[in-house]
Amino acid sequence: MAKVFIYPATSLILSDLVARFGHKPLGAALGIRERIQTAGIDSPPLQITPEEPKRGLKYAAVEVPSGVRGRMAIYGPLIEEAEAAVIVTEADLAFGCMGCARTDELILFSLRQSGIPILELKYPTNDEEGVQFVAAIKKFLDNLSNGGEA
Amino acid sequence: MTEYVPGYVGTVTKYVFVESPHMTPGELALRAYEVSFGVLIKETCFGLQVTGEPEAVDSLIAEIRSFDPNHIFIKDRGFPPGDPRRCRANLGGARPGYLGHEREFRLLHYITHGLKALEQGGEMPETAPSPGKKPGLDIRRLQELIDEES
Repeated sequence: MAKVFIYPATSLILSDLVARFGHKPLGAALGIRERIQTAGIDSPPLQITPEEPKRGLKYAAVEVPSGVRGRMAIYGPLIEEAEAAVIVTEADLAFGCMGCARTDELILFSLRQSGIPILELKYPTNDEEGVQFVAAIKKFLDNLSNGGEA
Repeated sequence: MTEYVPGYVGTVTKYVFVESPHMTPGELALRAYEVSFGVLIKETCFGLQVTGEPEAVDSLIAEIRSFDPNHIFIKDRGFPPGDPRRCRANLGGARPGYLGHEREFRLLHYITHGLKALEQGGEMPETAPSPGKKPGLDIRRLQELIDEES
């Protein structure tokens, strides 16, 4: 069972397909859950503390906005842990403020730099593409199971 | 700032989405209760949220998937059910993250189609729906923009 980073990190479809085909999806929920379940100082609206931007320094330089570094404190360890990644590019639900947008760019850059096997595709827009989408993900994940390069 | 005492420590929460002509979220909840064995189940408009010990949740999820494998989709959730930082009972309006789910929910029937095709075992397509390359900014248009600004 490989650990597969999914992008968009909140994607229902990718999370389901990766788990369905026998691997562990690494998405935003895992990082958030870890923080939600750790006792500390309350920092609404999330259990994000001023420590996070400091931890994010491992992934982004000090002059990068703290919002990006704070987010990378969640995603960075997941990217390090990942053994493969499935990326849906042009996902219209993956948008947000500048913090989110720049973090998304940094996530994609970090994944591509990491050298792990990556599958890039786009969301299906019809039944035919739905078949292609599922088949491509299954083939990619099966190759991971076989220990081959995806 | 106040001390933060987390709830539901050591548990996992998962979303269950049902997009089926054969089963409503209410029916799914009733069937899930029959096999829940101490897992907290919350019915929602799109399916369920299940919370409990990881092993118990995994076992329940395996059962739930078997009800209608091609129409039930599952993903992790970071927050436990009813968390005041996310629950719309406290915030009003759509829960943060709901709109992303809503967007992907509309694509689920393509994924169902793909899963059914995979199940039938026909010849699977070799190509994935590939992301198209966005055209760059035309150099003449860039010059026009510069001229307009200067």
